[in-house]
Amino acid sequence: MAADAKKLRASNRRAGRKIGGTVMIFLFLLILGAFMVLPIWLMAVNSVKPVNEMFIFPPKWYTLNPTFDNFRDTYRVLGQMWVPFSRYVFNSIFVTVSVTVLQCIFASMAAFCLAKVKFPGSRFINAVIVLALLYNSNVIYLIQYMVMAQLHMINRMSALILPAVASAMGLYLMRQSMTGVPDSMIEAAKVDGASLFTICWRIVIPNQKPALMTMAIFAFQGAWNITGGSVVYDESLKTLPTVIQQAAAAGISRQGVTMAAAVILFIPPVLFFILAQSQVMETMAHSGIKD
Amino acid sequence: MEKEQIGVRTKKEQRRRLWIQVKQNKEAYLMLLPFMLLFTVFTVIPVIMSLPMGLTDFDMVKYPPTWVGLSNFYNLFLNDSIFIKSIRVTLVFAVFTGPLSYLLSFLLAWLINELNAALRVIFTLIFYAPSMASGVYAVWQLIFSGDSYGIANSTLMNLGITTSAIQWLTDSRYILTVVIIVQLWVSMGAGFLAMRAGFQNIDKSQYEAGAIEGIRNRWQELIYITIPGMGPSLMFAAVMQIVSSFTADIVARNLVGFPSTDYAAHTIMTHAFDYGWIRYEMGYASAICMILFIAMYLANKLINRLLGRYMD
Repeated sequence: MAADAKKLRASNRRAGRKIGGTVMIFLFLLILGAFMVLPIWLMAVNSVKPVNEMFIFPPKWYTLNPTFDNFRDTYRVLGQMWVPFSRYVFNSIFVTVSVTVLQCIFASMAAFCLAKVKFPGSRFINAVIVLALLYNSNVIYLIQYMVMAQLHMINRMSALILPAVASAMGLYLMRQSMTGVPDSMIEAAKVDGASLFTICWRIVIPNQKPALMTMAIFAFQGAWNITGGSVVYDESLKTLPTVIQQAAAAGISRQGVTMAAAVILFIPPVLFFILAQSQVMETMAHSGIKD
Repeated sequence: MEKEQIGVRTKKEQRRRLWIQVKQNKEAYLMLLPFMLLFTVFTVIPVIMSLPMGLTDFDMVKYPPTWVGLSNFYNLFLNDSIFIKSIRVTLVFAVFTGPLSYLLSFLLAWLINELNAALRVIFTLIFYAPSMASGVYAVWQLIFSGDSYGIANSTLMNLGITTSAIQWLTDSRYILTVVIIVQLWVSMGAGFLAMRAGFQNIDKSQYEAGAIEGIRNRWQELIYITIPGMGPSLMFAAVMQIVSSFTADIVARNLVGFPSTDYAAHTIMTHAFDYGWIRYEMGYASAICMILFIAMYLANKLINRLLGRYMD
């Protein structure tokens, strides 16, 4: 506890911070956080529980004989499919990376213009973005399919990637964050002769790391979970979530395996989350200067 | 005559001015292009094409859809008792999960921000993790399992609070409560992360200035510096909260099955799912979604008014 208190003191240089208050906050978050993590912990434990421990009363929160049978069985089923397992992994990585990178580039530029440039149509587009977020209809998927068919995109990788790139949520997040950028900063750059493009990428975006990384997390997570069952039917184009869920539900159909599948799909977004968030931390530590 | 002439001229003038403005902002349009192109093709066009669908009878086989006017809407409100029930469920659900998860997201985002950098990442991960674990419903089924092996049941029985297993997921008295609990558990999602980003985006020099000007504690700092500085993030989180509270159906469908006992967890979105993807009555499903959209739009208007003073 003493070591924790010492660590906490580092964040305490601001006005009126009492170390006691910070420790209370820490404890509160720790207790609430434990409750939040409990189901995920259970998921992890059950994925390595041997079958004979699965149904004892009362259920246990830990296991002393962890086994990787569930993971092995999942892998064995996936290995028997007539498309090599590595192909699914590649597809998933390709889709996820493409969506994340393209969305970060396209949505950042668009958000900058919508937040900081007054041009004919900007108010209209801003309104459309919010309406698109609120509009939620299951008919849309149907019409999206028809549009993709018209564009000859069905059964191509682009059918998985392109619709996910133009996310109204990502754009809206960036736009909202960028409204906080002081106009004086942009005006000053304009006076120096910088183009909008340069201002956007050299001045504004580097200052928007928290929002940008948050958008990247959403994009990554969304793209990682793309199953695309209705627009891609070629086995060699399917993504990891599609086949893992298939294998867990229909192939082996055992509770531990369902958990193992959930764990496998859970890990990459978590790793990306940690990467992105520590990126934010770093920029905050090195360049706190704004305005 | 004279007046009309002037009118025409100003209109022409306006058009010319508009064109000049458009040309001046050439670069902005160019930068918008890649995103807006994809957005138009995959979102705007499908949305616009789906709007009249609610006025048709469309089973995905007979094409084109038959025009039926407003009869879908009449049927919804006059002949569909399950829809009326689903409105009630949706409202209960939205009232319980919406404001609560919004405030909780804000509170947690703020408290996390009071810690040091490494702890921030860890706690943000802990609270956001449920939103990333897409396959975790199986665990909740285990927790609320109806037999005595279920975690909730075994705990309550061990403590002597209950003597027999409770059917959490099939007894209509408990279903909605269980679904709301799980929904709250996954609710530290997009809005929460956006608020975390909002907190991190606030200029440190403002806090220093605040300290000099006599800000004495965390509360004053929160109210006088932080909240006014993150209005746009709060607005984003509010919109996301409206969407997730009103359109929630995934938790219920995965947890208590479809349809749930006595339609106890049957939200408007579940109803739309039923008609859209089980019965293939796309026209009717569209009408349901349209009503939901109007409700969400009104909620958004209301929140805009509430948060308006924090916006610029």
